[in-house]
Amino acid sequence: MKYPALLFFCLLLFFGCADSTSHSRAVYMLLDTSGTYTAELDKAQSIINYLLGTLSPGDSLAVARIDTGSFSEKDIVHKVNFDGRPSVSNEQKRAFRLAIDKFVKAVKPSSYTDISGGILQAVEWLDETDAGQKTILIYSDMEEELKKGYVRDFPIQLNEIKVVALNVTKLRKDIVDPRTYMARLETWKTKVEGGGGSWKVVNDLDRLERILGE
Amino acid sequence: MSVEFLASPPVLILTVITILLLLYLARKPAHRGITAFFKVISSAMRLSARSVLQAEKNLQQRNREVLLAEGMLQSERELEREFQRVESIVNRDLQSYPGFHRQLSELLERIDNDYRTSAELPPSPPEWLNAVEAVAGIPDPSGKGVAAILGEINNSLDRHHKNAMEEYRKASGVRHSLLKRMQPAWRQLTKTLEKVNRSITSLKDRATLIDGRMQQYEQVLGQTDTAEQRLASSAMTQFLIAGLVMLIAIAGAIINFNLIALPMSEMVGGSSYIGNFKTSDVAALVIILVESSMGLFLMESLRITRLFPLISTMEDRMRVRMAWIAFGILSILAAVESALAFMRDRIAADMEALRQSLAGADAIVAQHSLIPTVGQMVLGFILPFALAFVAIPLESFVHSSRTVFGRLAAWLLRIIAWVLRLTGNIARRIGQLLVACYDLPVFPFLWLEERILAARQQTAEDIPVPATKKTKGKTS
Repeated sequence: MKYPALLFFCLLLFFGCADSTSHSRAVYMLLDTSGTYTAELDKAQSIINYLLGTLSPGDSLAVARIDTGSFSEKDIVHKVNFDGRPSVSNEQKRAFRLAIDKFVKAVKPSSYTDISGGILQAVEWLDETDAGQKTILIYSDMEEELKKGYVRDFPIQLNEIKVVALNVTKLRKDIVDPRTYMARLETWKTKVEGGGGSWKVVNDLDRLERILGE
Repeated sequence: MSVEFLASPPVLILTVITILLLLYLARKPAHRGITAFFKVISSAMRLSARSVLQAEKNLQQRNREVLLAEGMLQSERELEREFQRVESIVNRDLQSYPGFHRQLSELLERIDNDYRTSAELPPSPPEWLNAVEAVAGIPDPSGKGVAAILGEINNSLDRHHKNAMEEYRKASGVRHSLLKRMQPAWRQLTKTLEKVNRSITSLKDRATLIDGRMQQYEQVLGQTDTAEQRLASSAMTQFLIAGLVMLIAIAGAIINFNLIALPMSEMVGGSSYIGNFKTSDVAALVIILVESSMGLFLMESLRITRLFPLISTMEDRMRVRMAWIAFGILSILAAVESALAFMRDRIAADMEALRQSLAGADAIVAQHSLIPTVGQMVLGFILPFALAFVAIPLESFVHSSRTVFGRLAAWLLRIIAWVLRLTGNIARRIGQLLVACYDLPVFPFLWLEERILAARQQTAEDIPVPATKKTKGKTS
C-alpha cells in the first residue's frame, strides 16, 4: 500500500512540473481568391507544403480563403491541430495536403477581397489554439475591396501575433506609380502594429524559412 | 566682467600661489593621511594573503590526509586481492599436494619394480669345453670314434647355443617391453613435477608481488613523501584516464539518447514540455540515467566497484539477489531500447517519405534494407550494457577527483595569496609615489624652506662659543 502511494506521488510530482508556457506554434494562412490572383494559388501550395514539413507535432495550421466576406468559419478550407504522436501527425499532414490540392483545383474567383475580415477570423482562431507563437500569413496583393455595407474601418487587436504578407504582387497602377504600392503596404503595417502585432513582407518565395523565423 | 577679472593673469597667478601655499602648509598632515590610507590597504592585503596561505596550508594537509587514506585503502584492497589469489593457488594446487605425493610414490615404486625386473641375466657358462677336452684326450688310433663323438658334441653344442641365444633374445625382449612400459610413467612423473614446479613458481611470484605491495603499504603507513608523490601521480593519471573514458561514455549516451528520443514522443507525446524541455526528451534521458544507475548497482553488487559501502557489506545472498534484479531490469530496458530503435527507424522512414511528397519529388520506391534497422536495434540493445560499465571509470574519477580538485584549489589559493601580497606591495609603493607627487608642485616653498634652514644653521655655527663655557670646559 505504501509503495503505490509513493509511485503515485512521484508521478504527480513528475507531471505536475509540466510547463504552463505553451511551446506550440499556430499558423493561419489566408489565400486571396479574388480576380486574377487566383492564378497565383499554385505558388501558395508550395508554401503550405513547406509549412506542413516544418510544423511539429502539437502545432496547429489552418488555411482559409479571402473572398467577399471573409469573417466566417465557412471560409476556412482546412484546419488541424497536429497530434503529439509523430505517426498520427504525419497522417494528418497527408490529409491536409490532399484537402488543399482539392481546394486549389476547384476554387472560383470572388468579386471582392475582404482581407480585414480574414484577419479577424484568424485572430479568433489563433486565440482559441492557445499557442505560444501565433502567425497569420496573408497570401495576397493586399488590395482590399469591400462590398458596399461591409464595415472594417476599426482597429484589430493583434497582440503578439506576427503578420506576414506573402507574394504581394504589384498591380498595374503600382507600376505606374510605385508610391501607391508603398502606401498600401504602409497602411497595413500601421494597422497591424497599431493592433499590437508585428509586420513583415516576404516576396521572395525561395526564402520560405523567413516566414516562421524570428 | 567679474569672470574676466578672475581670468586675468595676475589674479590667476595669485590664486595658484595661494593654492600652492595652502598645499605647502597642509603638507605634513597630507603626507600622514596618504601614508596611513595606503598602509591600511597594504596591511589588509598582507593579512588577507596570510589568511589565504594558512587556508592553503590547511587544504594541503587535508589533501595529504585524503591522499594517504585513499592510498591506504587502495593498498589494503590490493593486498587483500593478492592474498585471495594466493589462497586460491594454495587451494587449487597445494591442497592436492598429498595426492601428488602419493601419485609420485606409486610411480617411483612402479619404475623401481620395472627396473629390477628388467635386469640383464648373465649368459650360461661354457661347461661343454671340459667335456670336449676329455673326449679329445681319449687315445684312438683310427680317430673315427673320437671324431664321431666330437662331431656329436659339436652338434649338441650348436643346438644348445641356438637355444641359449633364443632364450637370451626372449629375455631381452621382455626387458625391453618392461623398459617401454616405464616410459609413460616417466612422462607422467615429469608432468607432475612440472605442475608442482609451476605452482611453487607462481606462489614465489605472488610472494614477491606481495612483498612489493607490503613495502608500498608500509610507506603509506609511514606517511612518507615518496608515498605521497607516488599516490598523487597515480591519482592524476587515474583522473585523466577515467575522465577520458567518461567522455567516451557520455558520447555513447548522447547517441543512445538520439536513438530513443524520437520514438519516445510516440509514447509520451511530442507536444508536452517540462520546463523548457520536451517531455519525450526528458523521458529518454531518464531511461538512460536509470540504465546507468542499474549498471552501477550491478557493478556494486558484483563488488567490482565500491561506491556504496552498504551494498558491498551486504549479506552475500542478498547481494547476489540484488545483482540479478539489477541485471534483469537492465536487460528489460535494453529490450525496450531495442524496440524503440526499431520504432525510430519506421518513424524516420515515414517522415522522409512525407517530406519527399511535400517537396513534390516523384514517388521513390524505397529499397528497404534490413541492415540499418537491425543495426539500430542491436545498438539499442548493446549500449545500455556498455553504459553499465561506466561505473568503473566513475569510481576512479570520483576518488581521484578529490585529490586533483584539492590540489587545484590549493594552487588557486596560492595564486590568490600571491596576488594579494602583490596588491599590498603595490599599494604601499603607490602611497610613497603620491607623497612624492604631492611635494612636486610645492617644490619652490620646499626649496625656500631648505635655504632658510641652511642659513639659520650657518648663522648658528658662525656665533662664537661663550668663553665661560670654554673656561668651564678647561676647569673640568
